[in-house]
Amino acid sequence: MASANTKIKVPETAKKGEVIEIKTSITHDMESGQRKDESGKTLARRIINKFVCKYNGAEVFRMDLQPAVAANPYIAFFMVASESGKIEMFWYDDNGETYSATSAITVA
Amino acid sequence: MRHSDLSKMGVNRRQVMTAMGAGAVGAACAGLLPGVAQATPAEAEDMIKSLIGTAKASEGKIQLKLPQIADNGATVPLRVVVDSPMTEADHVKTIHIIAEGNPLPGVASFHFTPKSGKADVQTRIRLGKTQNVHAVAVMSNGSVWRTKEEVKVTVGGC
Repeated sequence: MASANTKIKVPETAKKGEVIEIKTSITHDMESGQRKDESGKTLARRIINKFVCKYNGAEVFRMDLQPAVAANPYIAFFMVASESGKIEMFWYDDNGETYSATSAITVA
Repeated sequence: MRHSDLSKMGVNRRQVMTAMGAGAVGAACAGLLPGVAQATPAEAEDMIKSLIGTAKASEGKIQLKLPQIADNGATVPLRVVVDSPMTEADHVKTIHIIAEGNPLPGVASFHFTPKSGKADVQTRIRLGKTQNVHAVAVMSNGSVWRTKEEVKVTVGGC
């Protein structure tokens, strides 16, 4: 697989205290480690095993993923818009790579 | 006529087709997963115990939203909501999702903070066959809640 493509949807502006929805997806096979190829060899597990969302450096939401999460993991969740700043997301691959995406938010 | 013969037997064409389809799906799944054991409800219970320790889980509080029938087990939309004020003193800490009929019972765990605003999350999961999906919510005060939903899976995503 080539590099994983991340896609995030975060409001650019929000009122202070507003609960905003964040939607994310990443292209990833989520190879479960259960499937076999034509020769009967088990394909090695390779999944996104963890997702973290940070707001100005502080963790807001985290998800542990198992092979039972569908390919191209879609995750939607909420957070409170408390101050202007940076919203960062991190996806952790079984192979040690980390993918990230960042969005700026203005809170008035 | 063959058709009327089947009709006399009380079997119509649709039932025959459905039966054939179900057989084909079963064979395909078995072909993909030779020798892979499916988790059992007992294993799912063990996993829930290992996640929540000695805490006693009460029924309710959680809304687990899954389709009653999933045509494609490879991607089943899941939404889970727990009503909570999400304050420092009273919030949902974690929601675990467990599938009792998958090769492995664990699906995902969602960890919230008071900054989450609400405990409401969506993702898409894989289900190998028709089964119960369990949700277990651990609150900041240590109380534990659980619920389950049955999903009928037409084509397994194993």
